Amino acid sequence: MSAPLIAEPLLERAPLIARDWLTHALPEPLRWIANSLITIVVLLTVFGLLFAFLTLAERKVLGRVQNRPGPNRTGWAGLLQPFADGIKMLTKEDIVPRTADRVLHFLAPVAILGFSFLTFAVIPYGRHLVPVELDAGILYFFAAGSATELSIFMAGWSSHNKYALVAAMRALAQLISYELPLLLSAVPVVLAAGTLSASGIVEAQAGYKWGLVPHWHVLTPWGAASFAVFFISALSESNRSPFDLPEAESELIAGHLTEYSGFKYALFFMAEYFGMCALCGMAVTLFLGGWQAPLPALEFIPSYAWFSAKLLALLLVFIWVRATLPRLRMDQLTRFAWKFLVPLALVNLGASAFWSLTFAWTGPMQAVRWAVSLALAVGPFLLLGLRLGSGIGKRTYRCA
Amino acid sequence: MLGIGLLQGLAVTARNFLGSFHDPKRFVTVQYPEERTRLPEAYRNFPFLVSESAEDPMGTLRCVACQICEKECPPQCIYIEKSRDKKPDAGGRPQIYPAVFDIDIAVCMSCQICVEVCPFDAIKMDQVFELAATDRFGGLVLDRHALAKPNSYFQQVHPAEAADVDERLAAARRAAEEKARAAAAAKLAPPRPAPAPKPPAAQSAEAQKPSPPAA
Repeated sequence: MSAPLIAEPLLERAPLIARDWLTHALPEPLRWIANSLITIVVLLTVFGLLFAFLTLAERKVLGRVQNRPGPNRTGWAGLLQPFADGIKMLTKEDIVPRTADRVLHFLAPVAILGFSFLTFAVIPYGRHLVPVELDAGILYFFAAGSATELSIFMAGWSSHNKYALVAAMRALAQLISYELPLLLSAVPVVLAAGTLSASGIVEAQAGYKWGLVPHWHVLTPWGAASFAVFFISALSESNRSPFDLPEAESELIAGHLTEYSGFKYALFFMAEYFGMCALCGMAVTLFLGGWQAPLPALEFIPSYAWFSAKLLALLLVFIWVRATLPRLRMDQLTRFAWKFLVPLALVNLGASAFWSLTFAWTGPMQAVRWAVSLALAVGPFLLLGLRLGSGIGKRTYRCA
Repeated sequence: MLGIGLLQGLAVTARNFLGSFHDPKRFVTVQYPEERTRLPEAYRNFPFLVSESAEDPMGTLRCVACQICEKECPPQCIYIEKSRDKKPDAGGRPQIYPAVFDIDIAVCMSCQICVEVCPFDAIKMDQVFELAATDRFGGLVLDRHALAKPNSYFQQVHPAEAADVDERLAAARRAAEEKARAAAAAKLAPPRPAPAPKPPAAQSAEAQKPSPPAA
């Protein structure tokens, strides 16, 4: 492995070189701790800043979609807006309701931020930039990610407020419903790549067909279907519109955040964006080839730049979806998960298995392989779509 | 097919997003301190005092300190002190004028009742909305110097209403002049004969009064 490492450009290893330069003087056990700490600090800084500017980008894009310029007063083109918001949040009064469970009320934002930050540990940000190399990284990712649901319920329960509690119940129902399709859409990738390690999955997507088309999972029929299911479930898991029922402003005040103010509120917000970033990062890893370049000619650009570009593109789509779609109703939400996404993901598992089994097929059989896979991806979608839409006529407004 | 509507929706938002960059006409908002929209003529927020001339606003206030507005004001935000002496008004007649005329715009609810009750068209509604003050007790109480604005300003902010008022005042002034001239003429001329008997039209109108219906 050492020969290609030397041959690859300096930029690719630049973060590691910088880290080693900082810590090379320390004795061995200390150096390991220092290296880990540097990783954590860098992750916190990068994703903290990403969170800050993502809120700005979101407001800018939403504004543009609504033909407004968005925030443009603080700093050049509004670039300092997130920091103004941060200072505002820090200087606000921190209110704890008298009847609240003070300990849980304090712990909920801490826990949700902690759990959502844990998920960043296993995502491969670049060829050499994996904070923790876990053999079961995917499993760890989903385990840490589901723990945020606990914190949401903690927040709702400890606030001692009916809106917060109702919202927390909704959130639990929603997150548990969508945990299933999220996992089921990740399983085909694990099946195809034959590994639970995130870096292993990225390695499995290396190489190009005809020297042009990358071997990304999203470019296979089952991969595209899985990606769609994963993306929709990720929207829901990160409480994003159109699945933002837990904090539906018009129905539940601010959902489980009703009794939070000041910086605790900001922490929840941060955790939501961290979760969104982590799920997008996982989607990039599983389906969009991780840090792999889309064309062989573009491999000179460092791998982490490719990962960042894909991550930002996905986040932009998240914002775009938020700007477009109205919120679902609770029954529509759960029906969509259980009657549409879960069966689709299950059928897709079969499609992925077929794809893996027919790996050796060549020539005309290759066309058969594609046809069967396409049929397995599109057929259930059409059938389930018909079923989902049946019985729902045009809405007639009697009172308006 | 399922999902087509979603894609159409995404296309609409994408079109708006991209369109907002190359077509400034799409913008529904203006960048306020730099750009301003023209306020609608009917917009009115707080009262001001109309003076006839811009050069000497205190000398030409239409207000005669009759205190009707002070009494009618529902939140009682107007405070008036009458003058002891008299000054000639726009028509040249000596009139009392307000020595003190204060409006607390922190209390004013913009109901416009003072404008409606004023028999002299002396108080009208303004359009100035940038009234922030650093002193919330003194800064928001406007005295007569701050309240007085010339009639030309009124014509500018509420052209239709101002034209109406000007016409009315001019007619009143003409009528007064006519009356004065007639009075002067009456003083000079010998007394006129008694008025002629009622014209026949009035008589017939009286005759056409509805009679009580027959029982």
